[in-house]
Amino acid sequence: MREKLIYGLGAIAAVLLARNLYSIFMQLPDEASQGMIYRIIFFHVPAAITAMLCASVTCITSIVYLVTKNLKYDAISVAVTEVGLAFLAANLVTGSIWGRIIWGIWWTWDARLTSALVCWLLYAGYLMLRRAIEEPTARARISAVFNIFAFVDVPIVIFSIKWWRTQHPQPVFWGGGTIDPAMRLTALLNLAALMLLAVVLSLIRLRQEEVQREIDSLRRYAHAV
Amino acid sequence: MDTRNFTFMFYGFLAAWLILVVYVLSLVSRERKITEQLKGLRGMLDDKGRR
Repeated sequence: MREKLIYGLGAIAAVLLARNLYSIFMQLPDEASQGMIYRIIFFHVPAAITAMLCASVTCITSIVYLVTKNLKYDAISVAVTEVGLAFLAANLVTGSIWGRIIWGIWWTWDARLTSALVCWLLYAGYLMLRRAIEEPTARARISAVFNIFAFVDVPIVIFSIKWWRTQHPQPVFWGGGTIDPAMRLTALLNLAALMLLAVVLSLIRLRQEEVQREIDSLRRYAHAV
Repeated sequence: MDTRNFTFMFYGFLAAWLILVVYVLSLVSRERKITEQLKGLRGMLDDKGRR
């Protein structure tokens, strides 16, 4: 069942991504002042939203793990965190390349960029922490607490451009800005495509986590007999 | 079409897709590794059970 879901969602994501890439490069009108570089926004913004949603999901599953002590939720947390981290990395890199052209610099320590980098480091730390703890229940408990702690940074990333004066632009899509309807549609469809891709990758990673748990229990059993 | 900044746009898309492709490749390599481990462990336990 899960196998079919992975293939089905993967196929939909691939079709959507192909359609969006065609639209981004061949159909959308040019932006008056930025030239072609503005097209990065169709990947940069959806990647950020996908990463923030992944972080929100892992915060919820970490809380549910602490309440229920069901290791399934710990497996979901690690799977979704890893996928979210990849999308956040893509977001940071595309933003940096866009900034090089528009601002003339690769990086600036403004609130949005800094909090997003801290967010990436926190979730990378979460994955490293997991590798350092051998015992499965202690690993799940400590990393769930750390994950909830790391989530504190997510609202700071999202609202930093509202709370402080930053070099990062104000939101175009949901912040009262205006945008060509065709651009809005492509951005939304690419958001849907990246989210589907994130779900597919999370399901694959979750299955691996379950197999890893089976390996661990078989190892314990092999030592016992 | 306005082709200003084409090179950097290309780098941007390339970098973003490269990150995702590298992650997918790491998933594939991990899948192969754990499948082999599982097969090995099951084989070992089967052998022990037969003896």
